[in-house]
Amino acid sequence: MPQRNPIRNPFTSSTNAPAAIPSGEQPLPRRPSTSKGNRLAQFFSSPKTKEQQSAQAALRSQINPSISAPSLSLPTISLSTAKAGESNMDEPPTTLFQPPSVAEARRQAKADAQFGPLGNQSHRYVSKQEGEFEEPLMDEAPLYFLLTTYISYLVLIAFGHIRDFFGKRFTPDNYRQLTAANGYAALNSDFDNFYVRRLKLRIDDCFARPTTGVPGRYITLLDRKTDDFNKNYQFTGTTTETLNMSSYNYLGFAQSEGPCADAVEEIVKKYGVSTASPRADIGTSDLTLEVEAQIARFVGKPAAMVFSMGFATNATAFPGLVGKGSLIISDELNHASIRVGARLSGAMINSFKHNDMDALEKLLRESISQGQPRTHRPWKKILVVVEGLYSMEGTMCNLPGLLKLKKRYKFSLFVDEAHSIGALGPRGRGVCDYFNIDPAEIDILMGTLTKSFGANGGYVAAEKHIIDKLRATNAATIYGESPTPPVLMQILSSLKIITGDLVPGQGEERLQRIAFNSRYLRLGLKRLGYIVYGHDDSPIIPIMLYNPAKMPAFSHEMLRRKISVVIVGYPATPLVTSRARFCVSAAHNKDDLDRLLAACDEVGDVLQLKFSTGLAGGADHLPDGVTPEMEKEWQKANGVQAVAKAPRWSLREVIANGVEDVKYQLR
Amino acid sequence: MEFQEAQRFVQQSMHDITSTFQKVPGSAMLIRYIQSSYQNDPVRSAIELILVIFFVRYLLASSYATHSGNFVTLTESEIDDLVEEWTPEPLVAPTTAFEKAESDNLPIIVGPTGPKSRLTNGRTVTNLASYNFYNFVGNEQVKEKAIQTLRTYGVGPCGPPQFYGTQDVHMKTEAAIASCLGTEGCIVYAHAFSTISSVIPAFCKRGDIIVADRAVNYSIRKGFQAARSQVRYYEHNNLEDLERVLQKVIKDQAKKPLTRRFIVTEALSETLGDCVDLPKLIELKQRYKFRLMLDETWSFGVLGRTGRGLTEAQNVDPTQVDMLIGSLAGPLCAGGGFCAGTTDVVDHQRISAASYTYSAALPAMLATTACETLNMLLTTPEILVQCRENIKAMRAQLDPRSDWVHCTSAIDNPVMLLTLKPDVVNSRRLSIEEQERLLQECVDETLANGVLITRLKSMPTAPGSNGKDTEWKLKPALKVCMTTGLSKKEIEKAGITIRHAITKVLTRKSSSKLALPNVV
Repeated sequence: MPQRNPIRNPFTSSTNAPAAIPSGEQPLPRRPSTSKGNRLAQFFSSPKTKEQQSAQAALRSQINPSISAPSLSLPTISLSTAKAGESNMDEPPTTLFQPPSVAEARRQAKADAQFGPLGNQSHRYVSKQEGEFEEPLMDEAPLYFLLTTYISYLVLIAFGHIRDFFGKRFTPDNYRQLTAANGYAALNSDFDNFYVRRLKLRIDDCFARPTTGVPGRYITLLDRKTDDFNKNYQFTGTTTETLNMSSYNYLGFAQSEGPCADAVEEIVKKYGVSTASPRADIGTSDLTLEVEAQIARFVGKPAAMVFSMGFATNATAFPGLVGKGSLIISDELNHASIRVGARLSGAMINSFKHNDMDALEKLLRESISQGQPRTHRPWKKILVVVEGLYSMEGTMCNLPGLLKLKKRYKFSLFVDEAHSIGALGPRGRGVCDYFNIDPAEIDILMGTLTKSFGANGGYVAAEKHIIDKLRATNAATIYGESPTPPVLMQILSSLKIITGDLVPGQGEERLQRIAFNSRYLRLGLKRLGYIVYGHDDSPIIPIMLYNPAKMPAFSHEMLRRKISVVIVGYPATPLVTSRARFCVSAAHNKDDLDRLLAACDEVGDVLQLKFSTGLAGGADHLPDGVTPEMEKEWQKANGVQAVAKAPRWSLREVIANGVEDVKYQLR
Repeated sequence: MEFQEAQRFVQQSMHDITSTFQKVPGSAMLIRYIQSSYQNDPVRSAIELILVIFFVRYLLASSYATHSGNFVTLTESEIDDLVEEWTPEPLVAPTTAFEKAESDNLPIIVGPTGPKSRLTNGRTVTNLASYNFYNFVGNEQVKEKAIQTLRTYGVGPCGPPQFYGTQDVHMKTEAAIASCLGTEGCIVYAHAFSTISSVIPAFCKRGDIIVADRAVNYSIRKGFQAARSQVRYYEHNNLEDLERVLQKVIKDQAKKPLTRRFIVTEALSETLGDCVDLPKLIELKQRYKFRLMLDETWSFGVLGRTGRGLTEAQNVDPTQVDMLIGSLAGPLCAGGGFCAGTTDVVDHQRISAASYTYSAALPAMLATTACETLNMLLTTPEILVQCRENIKAMRAQLDPRSDWVHCTSAIDNPVMLLTLKPDVVNSRRLSIEEQERLLQECVDETLANGVLITRLKSMPTAPGSNGKDTEWKLKPALKVCMTTGLSKKEIEKAGITIRHAITKVLTRKSSSKLALPNVV
């Protein structure tokens, strides 16, 4: 293990001084990891006095740490905290714009690092389906880049084999887990491991970057370096605060302050950290039942059950539903947990092309008419499994199309809303809400609580008799640990904020901010000339990089500009379409996205990433006198080829037009 | 005239095509090649032509055959009729009476879980059903650390470990466990139940051989199912039988290429509570060159002087165990699980263990709690001693004194599993279902007297299975979990209550009926 470094200790920051800076007076052995919260805070920091500490304590009791809209729009001007400084305690504030005290500024800076203040009320948008649901057009890279991508992989593989050839002869010690020795077979297969040691290792520093603190609007990375090409890392002891485009923190509930954290603190004091028993024994508390009831109400189903892990939810839900003699038809891009669950269920599994309703219909007709293989007996049940929002593509499932097929072919529908719950729909209730479809039409709604709710775990919601049966037959309920009270409370309080039961207005703001942010960033990237996958309202925004070498290059360039991004390549994606993925959050504001766009503009030029042909959006404004309704005719009149030119907007234009154009259909 | 026109047209177009063809670079060469090869060897030209046709056909064909030989070709209208006709079974089978009774009687705790817990009916009962062995749930120090972590990290890490979900607290917990066990490394999973069922398929592939204890827990079984390896079972904790199976495997595989071989077993059995003889097991594993996966879910934090598990209790170097899997959610009262082993073993899991790679990381609060409780066990082993005192006190009340049940658990196991004595089962010819029902009555009766215990739950048969389950059958048992949160006196009192309740249920008129069909 790497050497522990003082900076990574979570225990030194006391609850009374959330943004404490160590000083001579308080020789704290370790610096709290959150002190890096904001450079502004450090700028203002001075040796801490007792006075300030008490002022801070007073602050904490007085200020409602919730972020209401007005306090967001004026982050540094705080009227309510005018008497934060000790000297002002007795006299009423004489000026309207009292400069914030150091402690207040620091507190605010920390809160802003987790959840950015909203710049302008116009930076909001309601996420809902408008018009016909259409598959997003997929732009393709020029042949040259596709070709070089293939060649790159060929070179990588050839190089890998050459290195292996010599490596196995000269440094056999590095291959000890891959060779049989001492009568034991190799621990890992040489062939399976090739990808890891010869391809992934080269870019390993872009993955699993250790972090500290809250993964909110900003995320603090622990700096590390390597002397042996990513085999081992040394921690330098410093940290870097970066803009977080990587966490699944859709609604910005990853916060260590605010109503959620306060509620969680209360529950830990009262309930402790664990329930210490599986659900089927005595791991069910009143809190669990309340959370289940709230989730059921939220997703619009009669009953729901919660699990302590999202992956395990899928991995254990299928065996209770289908088994031998049943058929699972799964979208080809479904998550690994669905594949594991489906495999464990013992049902037959078939897959169809991603989001292709024609392919699904063809498969359904064939499956139903042919019946089970060999025996031709009819299938007992057919379960179609799709995801609400696909985490690598940013596409949504074609729910209206699926329901049309469901009426005809009578299959059961399982929708995994791992990413869509909270992130989509005018009320944040996932794909059903987004498409304005009654949740009763879908048999099983599954989702995770890790993402939008800032908690952990998963849920399954369905009719009451289904949930009752699942409870009785589910392995994770019978043997797995139950969700812990703090996690449950985080779910409950964030749910209540989204529905408006707690801090009215804030939930709505979060929902509208993520919808705006998603569209704004997507449109901006398209206009800059990137190939962007996915639907317009999706907060998952993948941009195509193609060449494998551009993955680490993009990641490093972004890190240099203090932005954390996720890069994904083969085998998580098809070989050619290596990509970088941005996860937009409600915690971001327009300034953050502009910062990202500026970085993408520069990096895109350096790395030649602006591939877009204009096929999939990013087009120029319509000329005067042409309305969006007339667009089709206008295109016909002028010839589509003439109209769709490769978008290469300048950054200035992108930022200047973005806010306005986001309100209309993206083009 | 028309004929002539047509002829002229054909000639013209032929001419056009030829001239266009000649304009294509390399066409002359192709023609020359074909001409020369025709002159020399017309058969070769024919074969080449066939090859070209085959190639074109291959290119146009769909990428692979979509259905096997016995595909029945049907017309569209026939398919429509079949679609019309097909009625699927309901998604779930109706709930059985036993399941309904179970869920209706499920005890629900209001407020915190502790040695005394309040239930929804307002009663406060003695809680001997939680895995709260050292009363860490109510520990103020643990709570305080959790709150501090909350105020630094929030609740969820909002991402999988490979994408910015790895936090310093996870690394710290991993290092703490590794140093506690003395292994090279350790990996922390987000869910204890899913840990071993992911570790197994990460290493055991198709063609590999697993030799496992017949009584392994459900999570391990799921791991086998996902792994697709060949699994052989040996009699529960019978190491002679294990040796026999190992020898057989060696003999069968002698001529075949060397494959990975694993022994998978539990340190403390989840289903029977007893303990494996680890030194002997290690000896066998080394003699027959098998790797050992040891599930310490129920022994890590329980056995040994400082709770380091079976390796400490039986003086075995933990590095002798290739993969040591444990839980942070059980005795440590936090969340998640871990696998400790060499760096190779750990690093391999980081990208190939499904429930690590594809799942969000463990919440920071739970990681620091695990660290904290582990540290408390290491620094104050007295709490383990106290727990063992309580186990002894409870055992004294139940095992030798009760005429009906006996305890299958190891002496130091705070999870005491009480099964009906074989002569009771035999004399009444009790089926598994009847035993379960009787034991559930015991649980209900005990609860009526103010002591909350539970019963070993079995997994219901999966939909679609034909009921001919050849797998090892779970032995129905009562589950009594010790805690240091109660004094010795209280434990003894609870023990008497349990014993009396069992006696009362088993001497009831209705329970002594002979092998009648199960009417609930």
